[in-house]
Amino acid sequence: MARAVVADVNSLRALRRARDRIDRDYAEQLEIAALAAEAGYSLGQFIRAFDAAYGETPGRYRTRRRVERACDLLRSVNLTVTEVCMLVGFASLGTFSRRFSEIVGRSPSAYQRAAARQGGPAPIPGCFALMFRTGLRAEQQFRRSDQ
Amino acid sequence: MITGLSIVTVWVLDQDSAKEFYTKQLGFDLTTDIELDSGMRWLTVRSPGGQEFLLLDPARSMLDAETGQQVRALVAKGALSPGVLSTTDCKADHDALAERGVEFIQPPAERPYGIEAILRDDSGNWFSFTQRHAES
Repeated sequence: MARAVVADVNSLRALRRARDRIDRDYAEQLEIAALAAEAGYSLGQFIRAFDAAYGETPGRYRTRRRVERACDLLRSVNLTVTEVCMLVGFASLGTFSRRFSEIVGRSPSAYQRAAARQGGPAPIPGCFALMFRTGLRAEQQFRRSDQ
Repeated sequence: MITGLSIVTVWVLDQDSAKEFYTKQLGFDLTTDIELDSGMRWLTVRSPGGQEFLLLDPARSMLDAETGQQVRALVAKGALSPGVLSTTDCKADHDALAERGVEFIQPPAERPYGIEAILRDDSGNWFSFTQRHAES
């Protein structure tokens, strides 16, 4: 895919605002088309520009953000997988389990059991999980599966 | 003996706007605002806790024009973080700063090491905003 060398600062700022909204409002019904309109892009242009700036599409980023929040809840909060699924913004348990397994490499319930066995707080600070998504590397091969 | 970091460099997109943000919204004190012969504007502010920050425009710095553009792009897309701001009361300070229009990407949340929020400055730099638990 062609990649813009350096996009202009105003466009990048608009893209960053859209990404921040995903980080902040991941639990809501965040439509990519609405984010595109807010950022002043058509849907197709927005997806391409976001991908050029951040290396993945906004839909994929939204999915990873939700899964990353789900990991945090499954590790630290006593909730069922279905409750976690709804809390992080997935409408369907099937989609949640499939996406989660693709990205993390095991199902949400297997992840929860393993976390309970290991016990104790994870050593990675939450801010780094948020900003760098440490440990979610398995997603690379699935980047193009969402819009 | 290395004692710490005396000045933190923060790359900003607009120094006038950054000066407003860091003094009016974050509540820092202005310490220096001078223009050097080279054209570089040396703009520094100090946090209430005494940490000094250099608010530097890549276009008016030691960087060449192309590198300066690259740094500006990184700041604008939100990729850079100068570090962790420490606070004595994350929740109260979050409320006060949000009231003044500071943009938070993450509200205060309990973490193993303390209470942490994440904010952005007016250019797009992000800071962890953390109240650490007492060392055990």
